[in-house]
Amino acid sequence: MSERGLFLAQRLSALLLGPLVLVHLAVILYAVRNGLTAGEILARTHGSAGWGLFYGLFVLAASVHAPIGVRNVLAEWTPLSKGTVDALAALFGAFLLVLGARAVFAVVMA
Amino acid sequence: MDAVSPKSLSVRIWRGKDDGRFETYEVPARDNQTVLDVVTEVQRRHEPALAYRFACRVGVCGSCAMTVNGVPRWTCRTHVAKVAEAGEITIEPLRNMPRIKDLACDMAGFFDKWQKAGGRFTGTRNRAEPPAAVDPASRKRVAVDAAIECINCAVCYSACDVVSWNEEYLGPAALNRAWTLVNDERHALRRTTLDLAMEQGGCGNCHTQGSCMRHCPVGISPTESIAGLKRMSLLSFLVRDHAAADALAKTEEPA
Repeated sequence: MSERGLFLAQRLSALLLGPLVLVHLAVILYAVRNGLTAGEILARTHGSAGWGLFYGLFVLAASVHAPIGVRNVLAEWTPLSKGTVDALAALFGAFLLVLGARAVFAVVMA
Repeated sequence: MDAVSPKSLSVRIWRGKDDGRFETYEVPARDNQTVLDVVTEVQRRHEPALAYRFACRVGVCGSCAMTVNGVPRWTCRTHVAKVAEAGEITIEPLRNMPRIKDLACDMAGFFDKWQKAGGRFTGTRNRAEPPAAVDPASRKRVAVDAAIECINCAVCYSACDVVSWNEEYLGPAALNRAWTLVNDERHALRRTTLDLAMEQGGCGNCHTQGSCMRHCPVGISPTESIAGLKRMSLLSFLVRDHAAADALAKTEEPA
């Protein structure tokens, strides 16, 4: 993907992540204020298409956004070649995607 | 003023290329004296072989920029009284460009990057047609009011830390130039210029440190121009103006 494409992908995913992160944090604060346990929270999210969509989108946006930033940091701060940096960033993105997909699966399906 | 010795000024000037050294010269301190005056005095009276660059002496041409006490400046518009520290000034060539000799550096790479950023103007009309009437109050023209005042002196390029650690980075001046062209309704290749300014070495590398803006002798903010290019690139993706894109594609075909 071109630099311009990566720039656009990072900005657009940030646009999505902004509200998603805020809702995520607000729900955490709201849900645990009376001592709801993890088990009780999972019982409520289980089978919810809404939460599945919410966190599915969250994971997608994060796994697009973060690797692009990591790629820039690696390119500027390490002597690694461009190809290596691209490969590491892509791997990191795939890692986030798998990790996130597992979590979403656990929250709504497992 | 009080920091300057009433009688003489001690001037440390870089001599040679990369493996050169500082030489110290004593010149008379005067009431009204620019750093360029001092360099000229050193060359005329002490060191005829001293290489430096200047043309207009009045802040119009942008030729005489040097590093004065560690800060990139137009030497013709810098009074000694403002920069001397305990009767001393240190003068070096600009940073981020290959040194040629003494205070002169090679600006070819700096100007090559203007081309890489899509900085060449391509007109839409031939000489038989009337010139375009650009409304001075139009949004696009107002957006570049400051940016078009750039005279290519390379002070911003020398001040930029990103340029010093990333040789691919096109730098603030080239991207500022691109910003003026993407807002110029007479420029045929606006989309091309925008895309080039966003490519490898382009706007994405800017860290918004603002050294360019801080040191620009005419008060331009290339940082703002770079932010404008990023915004325009994002908007051009979100709001597709198909008619305009088609028209642009047609004019850009031969390029």
